Amino acid sequence: MTHRIGNTVIALGVALATTALSGPFAPPARAAGASDTDQERAARWQEIAKSIFGDRQIAPTETLVKIDAPVRALDAALVPITLTMPDSAQIKAVSLIIDDNPAPYAAKFEFGPAADPAELKLRVRVNNYTDMHAVVETQDGKLYEAKQFVKASGGCSAPMGMSDEEAMKGMGDMRMKFADAQPGKPVEATLMVRHPNFSGMQMNQVTREFTPARYIDKLTVSAGDRTVFTMTGDISIASNPVINFAFKPDGKPLQVAASDNAGGRWQHSFTPPSPTN
Amino acid sequence: MTAFAVHPRTSAAGRAPSRRHALFAGLCLCCLPTLGRAAESFAMEEVGPGIFVRKGLIADATPENADAIANIGFVIGRTGVLVTESGGSLADGQWLRAEIAKRTAKPVTHVVLTHVHPDHVFGAGAFVQDKPVFIGHAKLTEALSARGEFYRKRLVDLLGEERTGPVVYPTMTVTDTAEIDLGDRRLTFTAHGPAHTTSDLSMIDSGTGLLFPADLLFVNRIPSLDGSLKGWIREAERLKALGAARAVPGHGPVTVDLAPALADLAGYLTALRDGTRAAIAKDVPIEKAVDSVAKAQRDKWALFDTYNGRNVTVAYQELEWE
Ligand SMILES: [Zn+2]
Repeated sequence: MTHRIGNTVIALGVALATTALSGPFAPPARAAGASDTDQERAARWQEIAKSIFGDRQIAPTETLVKIDAPVRALDAALVPITLTMPDSAQIKAVSLIIDDNPAPYAAKFEFGPAADPAELKLRVRVNNYTDMHAVVETQDGKLYEAKQFVKASGGCSAPMGMSDEEAMKGMGDMRMKFADAQPGKPVEATLMVRHPNFSGMQMNQVTREFTPARYIDKLTVSAGDRTVFTMTGDISIASNPVINFAFKPDGKPLQVAASDNAGGRWQHSFTPPSPTN
Repeated sequence: MTAFAVHPRTSAAGRAPSRRHALFAGLCLCCLPTLGRAAESFAMEEVGPGIFVRKGLIADATPENADAIANIGFVIGRTGVLVTESGGSLADGQWLRAEIAKRTAKPVTHVVLTHVHPDHVFGAGAFVQDKPVFIGHAKLTEALSARGEFYRKRLVDLLGEERTGPVVYPTMTVTDTAEIDLGDRRLTFTAHGPAHTTSDLSMIDSGTGLLFPADLLFVNRIPSLDGSLKGWIREAERLKALGAARAVPGHGPVTVDLAPALADLAGYLTALRDGTRAAIAKDVPIEKAVDSVAKAQRDKWALFDTYNGRNVTVAYQELEWE
């Protein structure tokens, strides 16, 4: 897998990277993917959806899931995404797909009994002007999709601005911030993970070769033996992943278990605040 | 789930450079020194005896302006010429080289690469033929290794291959401080810690006492953060301690009084730091923080709406792990 990213995909990504690294430097008038027609985008989505969901029907929805993303990303390597799923009891899983990224399937979240998936936030890399799709699976096994167009480019290949060693410092460290808890209400939490999430498309400063992809591929949050969610991730997740979610507390600490595609394994435990009246 | 690739499609972007390339190839040979430039913006000003600076445009790179957006210039010493900043593209550097030739027959012996940003390094290609010493921060080589080609491709998309030029690496690196003697004047370099970028080099001329802080000092144009916010606030203090009265900022007027200019810079950077910290403390998410942090600074800076949100994004990532 890594190997293939290290070859085919790299060339594509670098060739398309055209804007949005910092420094006084303008986005060009036309960026990668900017001129594709709606038809071309729809056709590409059909192809991707088939490769992920096979022949299953995906119905459009305006209520079950909504994507909030900046129309024009300020930083293509860190695009904040909010997925809103107000009918949270209906939601079994949600997938985020960034159609024109080299690895479009950015993340899948499968929710467990301790989850309240009404709102989920994460940060992603966007490599092109692209459609972004959120696909939810409801408890009855049906699929629904929502779409959002985002203007950004170069997010996957943007260099990190530090050496690989610096970027890997403290890898696997985690923090959890909890919002105030109220009795009987879900608690909002923000999980921060130190991990470079190398995309495989970033140049190493010393060797001047591409740093191999190294990304969090599995992350599970649970409250006691009840799962909040399991995330399956990929290179489109921004470095130092931050995930904002809500869970139903039962007084037990939250356990986080994360692994990456290079065999890294990390576990941390966090104690939520007691409810206040 | 693993990473999978949809077949690499032939994108519009894949073809665009060659079209632009063709378009500009015809123009650049005949009109190079003046192409698309407002004449008054591109005069060299003598800001001290033997020191010439051209004010960069307060704009972003476009095909018309050849990325001539930074303040660039040179110092004529007894033994040779030192280029303080080379320009934002090969075309910009060639323009500077022609301006030098109008004023002195002395050879270009030194070219300073003040930091990794494209608007400050791509002019260097115009001076390779002079075989000067290219002076840079000890971290510049690795920063250029990581980003040079990335920047170059984007610049080629805008300007075409001929007007962009190569990535030029330093041949003399500065870890702490260094000095260059031009016979009648000495130039002292300081390598700074992570601030505007991770490769910021400043310079003081002993002849005039003039400080060249490069992009450690933005005037009028909103500072762009690409290194460390806390580090930049620290290094700005360090610049103050160097004791210079006047400075040539990386962007803005050709010279300014250092103290008030540094105060304005610190005003923005501390507003950015304090606002971002407050947002993090109150659990204001990054996508909301970009619209609120440092807003009181909006009227003070050109291009605020273009860069402030990005600066907040960079600052947020640095400060959320405090
Ligand atoms: Zn700069």
